Amino acid sequence: MTEFLQVVLSGLATGSIYALAAIGFTLLWQASQTINFAQGEFVMLPAFFVLIGMHVLGMPLIAAMIFALILSLILLGVIFKKFVIEPMLPHGTLPIVMATIALGILMKETVKEFYSAEAQPYPSLVADRTLDFFGAAVSTQDILNLVVSMLVVVALQFFLSGTRTGRSMQATAQNPQVAEILGVNIKRMVLYTFLINAALAAVASFLISPIYLAKFSNGEPIGLVAFIAAIVGGFNQIRGALVGGLLIGVVDNLAAIYVSAQYRAAVPLILLIVIILVRPQGLLGKAEGRAV
Amino acid sequence: MNSRNLILVLVGIAALIAAPLGQGNYVIYVLCSWLIFSIAAMGLNLTLGYAGQVSLAQAAFMGIGAYTTALLTMAGVHWIFAAPAAMVLCFVIGLVLGYPALRVQHHFLAFVTLAFSTLTFLVLRNEEWLTGGSLGLVGIMRPKFLGFDTMPQLHFYYFTLAVFVLVALLFWGLVHSPWGRAFKALRENPIRANSLGVDIRRMTLLAFAIGSALGGLAGALAAPLVQFIDPPAFSLMHSLKILLMVVVGGSGYFFGPILGAGLVIVMPEFLRFTEGYYLMIYAAMVLVLMIVCPTGLIGLGRKFASQFKGRSVRGDLKEGAKL
Amino acid sequence: MNRRHVFALAASALLLSVSAPAFAQETVKIANISELSGPGATSGVNWRDGAAMAIEEINAGGGILGKQVQLSQYDSQSDAQTSRAMVQKAIDEGAFALLGTVYSGSTIVNMLVAQQAGIPQMTGSEAPKITQLGNPYIFRTSFGAQKSMPKIAAYLQDEMKVTKVAVAWVNTEFGKGGHDAFVAEMKERGIEIVADVPSENAQADFAADVVKLKGSGAEAIFVYLTEEESARFLREARKQGISVPLVGETTLIGQKVIDLAGEASNGALGHVSLTPDAPVPAVQEMAKKFEEKYKYRADHNAIKGYIGAYAIKYATEAVGELDSQKVAEKLHGLTLKAAENPGILIDISWDETGEVSRESYLVEVKDGKQTVKATLPAN
Repeated sequence: MTEFLQVVLSGLATGSIYALAAIGFTLLWQASQTINFAQGEFVMLPAFFVLIGMHVLGMPLIAAMIFALILSLILLGVIFKKFVIEPMLPHGTLPIVMATIALGILMKETVKEFYSAEAQPYPSLVADRTLDFFGAAVSTQDILNLVVSMLVVVALQFFLSGTRTGRSMQATAQNPQVAEILGVNIKRMVLYTFLINAALAAVASFLISPIYLAKFSNGEPIGLVAFIAAIVGGFNQIRGALVGGLLIGVVDNLAAIYVSAQYRAAVPLILLIVIILVRPQGLLGKAEGRAV
Repeated sequence: MNSRNLILVLVGIAALIAAPLGQGNYVIYVLCSWLIFSIAAMGLNLTLGYAGQVSLAQAAFMGIGAYTTALLTMAGVHWIFAAPAAMVLCFVIGLVLGYPALRVQHHFLAFVTLAFSTLTFLVLRNEEWLTGGSLGLVGIMRPKFLGFDTMPQLHFYYFTLAVFVLVALLFWGLVHSPWGRAFKALRENPIRANSLGVDIRRMTLLAFAIGSALGGLAGALAAPLVQFIDPPAFSLMHSLKILLMVVVGGSGYFFGPILGAGLVIVMPEFLRFTEGYYLMIYAAMVLVLMIVCPTGLIGLGRKFASQFKGRSVRGDLKEGAKL
Repeated sequence: MNRRHVFALAASALLLSVSAPAFAQETVKIANISELSGPGATSGVNWRDGAAMAIEEINAGGGILGKQVQLSQYDSQSDAQTSRAMVQKAIDEGAFALLGTVYSGSTIVNMLVAQQAGIPQMTGSEAPKITQLGNPYIFRTSFGAQKSMPKIAAYLQDEMKVTKVAVAWVNTEFGKGGHDAFVAEMKERGIEIVADVPSENAQADFAADVVKLKGSGAEAIFVYLTEEESARFLREARKQGISVPLVGETTLIGQKVIDLAGEASNGALGHVSLTPDAPVPAVQEMAKKFEEKYKYRADHNAIKGYIGAYAIKYATEAVGELDSQKVAEKLHGLTLKAAENPGILIDISWDETGEVSRESYLVEVKDGKQTVKATLPAN
């Protein structure tokens, strides 16, 4: 039983970070039909901004994080939207897929060549202590991950359904034509979505790097998991991506113990295929109106 | 095919025959991989460019083809039987995967193939009794045909070229058949095609299965070329690479994937002087191409051509009319 | 006039282009094929820089047999097929000897090409299989897992008195090779394996792995993961309070892992043959020079690359002429003493299969520093 509790708790802590990346995924999809294959690299990069802030510019941790957040908003939000996605939007999904794959490689290689090919230690926001929770070991970092992820999701939900701007964003996502007629500034709403995605990626990066270490190649596995989480949860629902992320974190760990360590990576994928067959809109998703 | 095109194609084939002469083993090896990846990319082009479905498992199908061929030939079966067996297997798997995935929405085949690609990798790695696990299979023999031994690199190149030309001809016939024309109708206007009585789902499913079988054939050639196979060679990254070939070359164009495969394979050679930076430059080039011209290089070429259309091409058309 | 003639012409042109430079060359061409991109880039770049530093020193000291060495770089992209093509290319371009690759899966494939061409190859790979295939042109720079595992097993059995052991390993060709060699050695010695836990490459969450190991009742855990995974594993083990000793290879207790895992690495034991912290002044000096030159810390692959380049020099000079075939023959059964051949750093010998013997060390991490517990003799 302690074993079970231990893996579930650890899975939730890791899954909460996957969820942040997955939510960004779904937001971009809703706002602009963009499947961002560089999402994993978006989570990899901000940690290096922090390291540059600390080790190159000599900032304290908090200042470096703010610096990293601002850089992420500019590069992964504004620049990404204006210069990469926007010119391709009229041509459908495929060029965007290819371009974001290329962008991911570009980001990865740039970090490798100009920062380091080796994994870097990354500072945690909390002192590393282990607490006992009914026999299971829980670290302060785990608790931080869960709490911050939950707060972010709650804040985001509140923003989207409780504020004027948020509702305009949702309207844009559901039906851009109608939203435009109703006087919503679509371009601005889409830009907000990209900014939120960049911020989510930065937060995920700050949370995962103390455990996962900062390395140029971290993006690939994170991006893949976030992608699976988004589909499993429901590609058009924030709650869905949250549940998907947590679920994948836990399922991965449970599979390693109770199914087969060699096939642990297969279990989330089989889950993915089953979900697509049985409930294509995802666990919490709504069936999409668009036919093609 | 009009006579001018026929001449161009014959010149192309002659160039392919002459290309490896006097070259080192490495250059011939690169030419072989180009032809092999062209076959895989042509298969994906059928799925992507003609049927409009994204498959992220083309390298996985290559893997299935390569392992099937390797295991059969190592058990004493001749390549001429092993390769079709590999293709049939890939075709059937394509049907089984595609049938449920195409039942639902547009982009779901991409997701299913994404999952399938990683599952294939896991099976190849874990089922050591069959596949040799992460250490792979070593010592795959190159086939002999009635005394023609493909063991020397140059011989293997001509063997690959023969298969390539055969596939290209069949492919050409396929896309210019009524069946292939239906695809074009489908791509241009699915709703209209449907109303004209084209069974979209069955067409798409068949396109995906045939495309996958061509992936299997590419694998059946890759195994004896390298004489070694291991699971990472068929991972998701390589599926994305084949996808890149199709899109960079120009999806939906007959020569697009062949051009794309050439570029993706040869480009690192040209960029090698930049040492560690070549992947960066390469990625940046793809990014810029996608932003500037999402229809790929052939699309870019047509764009340029159409700008001069006013004068020069008109003349050609007149000539053509006379003929 | 037929194809056969054309083939014959092409074939002879090919032969000429390969063999001609061997007579006329002003420089000695050595090719390095390693993982400069892809997941193996960290190892491959270390290896390349170590080799490049050695070649620079060799050239400054007059080269090989008085001729300057030209080192060309080829990127295997961490991919076995590409590595094979690159070895082919290096040989087409007239390489006299080869360095690389680090990935065992790549070496197993590309060494066939070097064998066909009769070019000696210094590899950084440690999979047991490499020297068991009867290839007379392959030479290691560090001994394979089948030589290091008996040393570890003997230490586990004789010094630590362990009867039950658990294994945590990464399920790649690297981890698989080490795992199989370790398990075979345990069986031979009658030590029971109570848990066998494979993990994925670049795995983030080791909670489940550690839970399994913790409940297994093992008296020691053998950890065979790459550096970053080792760091994550050590942290998780500390978090869940694993109290039995953790034993591994260089990849468990290297300075890199200590930097990454911090306090959690204290108490871990590891068997190392080549480490910048080896209690050998020559090695420490090389590591210091490396760090000054490349601004990062050398790992065992950098030292292997360095030794590999020097081994080619010493063997060639022992032969007295630039003949790839004779150099390969010379290396079999060759012993190089660091006293006479300083570039080799630690005394080394090659046997008939290209396998290496060299002394090694058992190291414990104490207060974030490697401390040598025992010197294990060459076997």
